[in-house]
Amino acid sequence: MMDKTLAVQLLKQMMEIRQFEDKIMELLAKNVAEGGSHLYAGMEAVAVGAISALRTDDYITSTHRGHGHAIAKDGDLKALMAEILGRKTGVCKGKGGSLHLADVSKGNLGANGVVGGSIGLATGAGLSIKMKKTDQVVLCFFGDGATNQGIFYESLNIASLWQLPVIYICENNFYGMSVSVKRASAVQDLSKKALAFDMPAETVDGMDVLAVRESVSRRVNQARSGQGPSFIVANTYRYYGHSRSDPRVYRTREEEKFWRERDPIPNFSRKMIEQGILSQEEVTQLEEQVKQAIEEATEYAIDSPWPEPEELYTDLYA
Amino acid sequence: MREITYRQALNEALDEELTRDRAVFVAGEDVAIYGGAYGVTADLWKKYGDDRVKDTPISESAIVGLGIGAALTGLRPVVEIMYIDFIPLALEQINNQAAKIRYMFGGKCKVPLTIRTEGGAGRTLGAHHSQSLEAWLIHIPGLKVVMPATPADAKGLLKSSIRDDNPVVFIEHKMLYNTKGPVPEEEYLVPIGRAEVKKPGRDVSIITYSRMLLFSLEAAVSLEKEGISAEVVDLRTLLPMDVESIVKTVKKTHRVVIVEEDCKTGGTGAEIGMTIMENAFDELDAPIKRVAGADVPMPKSPVLERLAIPDPERICQAVKEVLR
Repeated sequence: MMDKTLAVQLLKQMMEIRQFEDKIMELLAKNVAEGGSHLYAGMEAVAVGAISALRTDDYITSTHRGHGHAIAKDGDLKALMAEILGRKTGVCKGKGGSLHLADVSKGNLGANGVVGGSIGLATGAGLSIKMKKTDQVVLCFFGDGATNQGIFYESLNIASLWQLPVIYICENNFYGMSVSVKRASAVQDLSKKALAFDMPAETVDGMDVLAVRESVSRRVNQARSGQGPSFIVANTYRYYGHSRSDPRVYRTREEEKFWRERDPIPNFSRKMIEQGILSQEEVTQLEEQVKQAIEEATEYAIDSPWPEPEELYTDLYA
Repeated sequence: MREITYRQALNEALDEELTRDRAVFVAGEDVAIYGGAYGVTADLWKKYGDDRVKDTPISESAIVGLGIGAALTGLRPVVEIMYIDFIPLALEQINNQAAKIRYMFGGKCKVPLTIRTEGGAGRTLGAHHSQSLEAWLIHIPGLKVVMPATPADAKGLLKSSIRDDNPVVFIEHKMLYNTKGPVPEEEYLVPIGRAEVKKPGRDVSIITYSRMLLFSLEAAVSLEKEGISAEVVDLRTLLPMDVESIVKTVKKTHRVVIVEEDCKTGGTGAEIGMTIMENAFDELDAPIKRVAGADVPMPKSPVLERLAIPDPERICQAVKEVLR
């Protein structure tokens, strides 16, 4: 039987991400949040399930759709929200924004504005671990689109060649902006791409937080015990468009409905209630608690000061 | 003082830093068993083994990427990109990642990465093995760009680059590897960001860097015979540029010739020239002149290749023009 603390942790984090993203959408619509944001809603089970399999001293690298990873890697909701609004109190002092959420002190080596841009970095962090002979691991997130980038192939080759402790996790949400995997990749089963490097690979239901956690845990254990890298494809779906200006003309409402019926949050809640691990009241309570936290984070961010003009030139060089 | 080659000086710098700091490692194409395409990493693999001196696949983007990741997590990598002509393959990682990560993350991390590469013409290798692309790199805030010309500077600056907590692109020149010069036996560093007057003079300032220093000094010697005293300033670091030293020499001679091997249009010389305009325009007694690489892909033929880059004769001519 599943541990209640863990069930609460997984559910709470997924709720935090969902509500955080819904809030950002609202702030974008009101122009309180300027610029853009790529929202993670729908994909929560991947970040939460995968990162729950890590220790706090393990590393992750994230993507342009990185809010979920940042929250799951012990991110501070207030500092993340403030960062997305470009405030001085943001986790990157308002200099990074949505596309560059990072907190190296917590092992989050950063979101990335370039598709595939962090795959090399993750590989280097893996090399670092191997050279320092610690038993940490790196979880490298990227999307289906990144598996068509050159650095994906360069990096996975090196990781397998040098047996680095990196778990490459492809969040396959079936679209690189508007272009479907069908129209972008010669191979539909993306896990096959790891065959070229003799790297163990598997596909997992990315809408099922426990399935993701189980699969990543197994691969993490292998990496920790010196058995090298692996490749996991988590099939999932983003509820919102690629960004706020996206009218979603490339996919059908039926398809969206199909995936929303497999929503990772109510499905996991239901399962936990059925198994008697959580009660309906507890779930409702948790939801309220998260709502409160998101409201507080939003208020904190909006009330936070802007960076001082002199900060334009600070932090460039160490 | 003993004299060693530019290649040996670089090799010593790597050797000393590998010994000094366990966090330092060397990685790149053919750097281990082969000892580097130009022999700079010779024998290091034998001494330090695969763990510290690593041959990589031909994957420039991932070589730099893994250098950044290792630097972010506590190591001090020295990666080699065999020819600067291959830097474009890794430019996304250099420009978008290495140079920006610290700033984007609010100064909460550092990227102590050295990217060694080698550029320039002179071996008739044609357009893909002879370029001077430093101007692209000085357009990237967050990077440091170092281009030593002498063996002593090469060693002292490489050691400083490795110890620097920022990403440094360290650009060697293929025609300098066999040049010899005095290099102290005892430990020393040359600071990044400081130019040096390699020959003092009164009448005109020749501002230059890398291999063009040698041509400029040669030109200065012939000019001396004609009674013209040229001051030759070696920038050594292009980013951050030593504005103070540039202004100082302009204030002294009031006339400037910039000598650069890279293509003239959008080149490093344009940046040096405008730096003078912004900081010392009133000190100028004549318009600044550039002697620069031709705006063409580097041709193979030795005859054309020589024409495509500055030579001492053209430097002398330019000096005489600014003195007219």
